[in-house]
Amino acid sequence: MTVLRYVPLGVMAVIIGFPIYITVVNSLLSAPQIAARPPTLFPTHPLWGSFSTAFNQAHLGVYLRNSAFVTLMIVLAEVITSVLAGYAFAFMRFPFRRTAFMICIATLMVPMEATIVPNRQTIVDLGWFNSFPALIVPFLASGIGIFLFRQAFLGVPRDLCDAARLDGYGHFRFLTRIVMPINRPLIGAFALYAFLSAWNQYLWPLIVTETSGVRTVQIGLRQLQAANVDQTNVIFAGTVLAALPIFILLVAFQRQLVRGLTAGALKG
Amino acid sequence: MIAGAHRRVRSPAVREAALGYLWVLPALVVFAVFVFYPLGKAVWLGLYRTPPFPNLPSKYVGLSQYGSVATSPPFLHSLERTLLFVVLTVPAGIVLGLALAALANQRLAGIRVFRTIFSSTVATSTAVASVIFFTLLDPQVGLFSYWLGKRGGTGILQDPTLALPAVSVVTLWQNIGFTFILMSAALQSIPDDLLEAARVDGASSWIRFRRITLPLLSPTIFFAAVVGVIGSFQAFGQIDLLTQGGPNNHTLVLIYYIYQAAFIDNNYGLAAVMSVILFLILFVLTLAQFWFFERRVFYGRSA
Repeated sequence: MTVLRYVPLGVMAVIIGFPIYITVVNSLLSAPQIAARPPTLFPTHPLWGSFSTAFNQAHLGVYLRNSAFVTLMIVLAEVITSVLAGYAFAFMRFPFRRTAFMICIATLMVPMEATIVPNRQTIVDLGWFNSFPALIVPFLASGIGIFLFRQAFLGVPRDLCDAARLDGYGHFRFLTRIVMPINRPLIGAFALYAFLSAWNQYLWPLIVTETSGVRTVQIGLRQLQAANVDQTNVIFAGTVLAALPIFILLVAFQRQLVRGLTAGALKG
Repeated sequence: MIAGAHRRVRSPAVREAALGYLWVLPALVVFAVFVFYPLGKAVWLGLYRTPPFPNLPSKYVGLSQYGSVATSPPFLHSLERTLLFVVLTVPAGIVLGLALAALANQRLAGIRVFRTIFSSTVATSTAVASVIFFTLLDPQVGLFSYWLGKRGGTGILQDPTLALPAVSVVTLWQNIGFTFILMSAALQSIPDDLLEAARVDGASSWIRFRRITLPLLSPTIFFAAVVGVIGSFQAFGQIDLLTQGGPNNHTLVLIYYIYQAAFIDNNYGLAAVMSVILFLILFVLTLAQFWFFERRVFYGRSA
């Protein structure tokens, strides 16, 4: 029976999909409607006011803009530094190359959480507390990015390398004209991975910022939850606004997402 | 360095080395300042005991603080909570992700809809998931509290026995999209003719799963396990938004204890010691898991 095969699928879909569904529904209701029992599971007269309240009064607009800025800067920087270092480790000869590469790999063994106390002090000493550099500068390089790009660049055929040299290509031209275009899928996948990690950061932005002018949207949600206890509709609208950019991005880049998320597994 | 390289005539090898250092340098500087220096600083801070009152100098106590913290009841309680959280989130996440991937791997009309729903939670961050569940679990207005018959009484997140399981369920839910995508990709990479050949040879579906699918999936399961355990050890946002370590420290996992010690109690010595211990745990765990699974993966393939 084909119909029976849909039963476990349907049950799991309801369990997993329901929290997101009810969040969207509740963002279109008023707070008293959300609290009413029996609950409203479908909004017959959707209200859109909670979104503008969340966006303006609860500063979600500012938080989203801050997150977008910080995230884009991090992704751009991580891609550039990782591609350059990955290329150097794969194609260039210099003393202590192996040691330098090992140092980069070793950073994968040091979780960010174990270094927050001294790192916060460093940020304070640099005069960057509660500013964008505090949110960006510590993430200008990525050990996993360097590792992934080096491995991928080592796979570039040697013939191509020799041909480029004969054509008078220097390292920079070889990198930008040949190596990067060949590896565009991996660079895209890494950029998406970097975007998600930067956008979703929570602990670090929490401890190095204190005013809404520089706070990111994840910390903004914390403020929202604390300050709008009675306005559950605004809270739900806020979570929708915070998740929406990621949702759009994931729909647009589904294939890169799968590749990005599985890159570590396939390489490992 | 580069200017010097240009001024004089250098061999191509020297110029290449200079360029190589230049391209590696930005990453190394960031790692030096924000990874290795703070790691060393944390070890060093752990040698000093933070005074009970502000403005007093920190006291050098050597390694004794490491010993006293590592054996202290609050730390051991926190460690036990962390391990319980790992046990509640990681195995269930892998089994569930695998089951969902197997379900969604059937050839059925409309299966894409189910795949989209199963992977949808990757769009949520820890903060988004936590705030949603915090509101749905609210003892007054929360829909889940109402359905679970907990309306008005002690909230689920305020109940000492239910708080950590509840935080685990939120974590499981938020991570399931990622695990599902991971397992699906691995499942789809298994060649159909391999399973078909086994079926022709009379292997039951359980034998096919046990002897073909599982061994071929073992690298992915290993990856999911490593990422899952490390992720659970680092879980902070859901604790901060759902329980703040409470009720009565029942959800005070290591990373939240570090946060509390450092930024609420200003006890940097204690926070540093626990940071170093957290680092060591994750370090050993990663190495041990790699070693253990590499053997399993190898045997699985050679069988």
